[in-house]
Amino acid sequence: MSVAENQVAAGRGSARAVAILSSLGRFLVVAVTTYLGLLAVTFFIGRVIPIDPVLAVLGDRAPTAVVERTRREMGLDLPWIEQFYLYVKAALRGDFGTSVLTTNPVMADIRRVFPATIELATLGTIIGAVIGVPLGVLAAVKRGSLIDQIARVVGLIGYSVPIFWLGLLGLVLFYAKLQWIAFPARLDVVYEYTFTPITGFYLLDAAIQGQWDVFHDAWRHIVLPAALLGYLSLAYISRMTRSFMLNELAQEYIVAARAKGLSETRIIWGHALRNAAVPMVTVIALSYANLLEGSVLTETVFSWPGIGLYITNSLQNADMNAVLGGTIAIGSVFIAINLLSDLLYRLLDPRTKTG
Amino acid sequence: MSAETIQSRREWLLSDRPASRLQARLGRAYVAWRRFSANRLALVGMLIIIALVLVAALADVLAPYSATVGDLKNARLLPPSAAHWFGTDDLGRDIYSRIVYGARWTLYVVILVAIIAAPIGLLVGTVAGYAGGWTDTILMRITDIFLAFPKLVLALAFVAALGPGIENAVLAIAITSWPPYARIARAETLTVRNSDYIKAVQLMGASPFRIVLRHIMPLCISSLIIRVTLDMAGIILTAAGLGFLGLGAQPPLPEWGAMIASGRRFILDQWWVAAAPGAAILIVSLGFNLLGDGLRDALDPRSGDQ
Repeated sequence: MSVAENQVAAGRGSARAVAILSSLGRFLVVAVTTYLGLLAVTFFIGRVIPIDPVLAVLGDRAPTAVVERTRREMGLDLPWIEQFYLYVKAALRGDFGTSVLTTNPVMADIRRVFPATIELATLGTIIGAVIGVPLGVLAAVKRGSLIDQIARVVGLIGYSVPIFWLGLLGLVLFYAKLQWIAFPARLDVVYEYTFTPITGFYLLDAAIQGQWDVFHDAWRHIVLPAALLGYLSLAYISRMTRSFMLNELAQEYIVAARAKGLSETRIIWGHALRNAAVPMVTVIALSYANLLEGSVLTETVFSWPGIGLYITNSLQNADMNAVLGGTIAIGSVFIAINLLSDLLYRLLDPRTKTG
Repeated sequence: MSAETIQSRREWLLSDRPASRLQARLGRAYVAWRRFSANRLALVGMLIIIALVLVAALADVLAPYSATVGDLKNARLLPPSAAHWFGTDDLGRDIYSRIVYGARWTLYVVILVAIIAAPIGLLVGTVAGYAGGWTDTILMRITDIFLAFPKLVLALAFVAALGPGIENAVLAIAITSWPPYARIARAETLTVRNSDYIKAVQLMGASPFRIVLRHIMPLCISSLIIRVTLDMAGIILTAAGLGFLGLGAQPPLPEWGAMIASGRRFILDQWWVAAAPGAAILIVSLGFNLLGDGLRDALDPRSGDQ
């Protein structure tokens, strides 16, 4: 390589580095403002909307001395901007106050229940991606065919169905009538005492410890809620895959590959799908984030002891610290996945490299 | 009407040189309608929504029983029959009648959310797009922040603070659903901001307020309507979810989500109590999805079939 070429290459390299740095910088700015925005909204919900936040926390039967002390502890005598500053500081430490219902710190509760939600949403996303991607590819390749129509209808119903209703009907059919799955919970009561979780992901824990009877039982509990969430993400993933693939299949390199005599299989699964891979990763990540949120309703139906059930139980008991802590927890993960997939897209997609 | 008059009317509608503004508008509407009605699924969607509106309007005629008062003595948890098409619930109320009246609450929610959220988005988007600079940056940052939030969870938290009830559910959903409208309105504004006709109005001394209100907002309406229609299904599902969790409509309102919640206790033995309202939600949100897809393909051919 000549000196001039080297310089050009170095110039290109540094331009790339600048592009990466600027998208990282933009990412940081967006991340910080979005988190501050989330905290501002929960602050607003917890402190501004209730006429008396102390009343909301303590109830109306607390003695005056306790009310006064709590008011000072919550910093309600300070100006709002200072209150918000303290609120953000506490939230960054992971301090969301104490749950009235469980009397634990909210953060400890969230740590305890979050793995259940992650397990459910992960399995759901795996199901959705494993079925949704091939379905979307086939629908795009055989555009207008029967499989395209089926994929379309399956997707449309997935977008339109109330998930909690589908869950209830699933329970009637698979639990009550066919008895293929276990009752709504995470494990049978028998195993609640003999099984010690390590990671909090029961399927994984049971497999690690070689307790296959527990694994089987955990599977029988998780399979229906996970399949339902999987259906939701399948509807989204297959629709987006179809759209990406149609886009790729219309490109000229596909014509070139055909002209070179490559087999259709290789063109579709090797070339087109590979080029659609970057936006697909984004879509799968987003659908994962959506499932975390969708778990609120699903967990309620299946008595799945995750963060969704935690939030709804706390709601029913007017336990605002827990509700807002749970909201921040889901919101944080949701925002993080959103932003990271956006960053990933910017860094990986060649078209956005310089942009 | 003879074949020739139909033919000549069609030619009038499709004329390349419309003689009046009315002719141009009707012609455009006709072309859009032809594209829309060629899509059979979209027509099905439209029929579902028309049926929903009719059922809501004629609920007093269509419902054979009261929606709120049941026959506790003789008609508790009856299975579907000729007298009670979808059976009765635990308070002896006819489920079919409750679903018919529930159509009103579904419409109430989607219409209220649309007329609260769409104008907010329209205002934020057009102001940001027209003003540009710092105003644009700040408004769009706020929009992006709201866009990055989980909608259902945030709506839950809002209702938790405001107190349960259908009005608060509407408010909470509206607060979380305006950002996409702001994005769309801003994008539309940016495409027309520097066009000649806006310059002409500026030269005539129109205030920014007037320009945004009279000359920019009307252009954003059609893409906004498409997006709102596509969002209707999501709004219905969120409202039903809130109702199911006991945070939306309160008993004895015949809201479909709340009806599923009350049927949940009997789901294993009297499945029809929860099945019928859920099917109603599914059909209506399917209708909105089909209609929205059809409208998008008809009015915005660029994004067709993607």
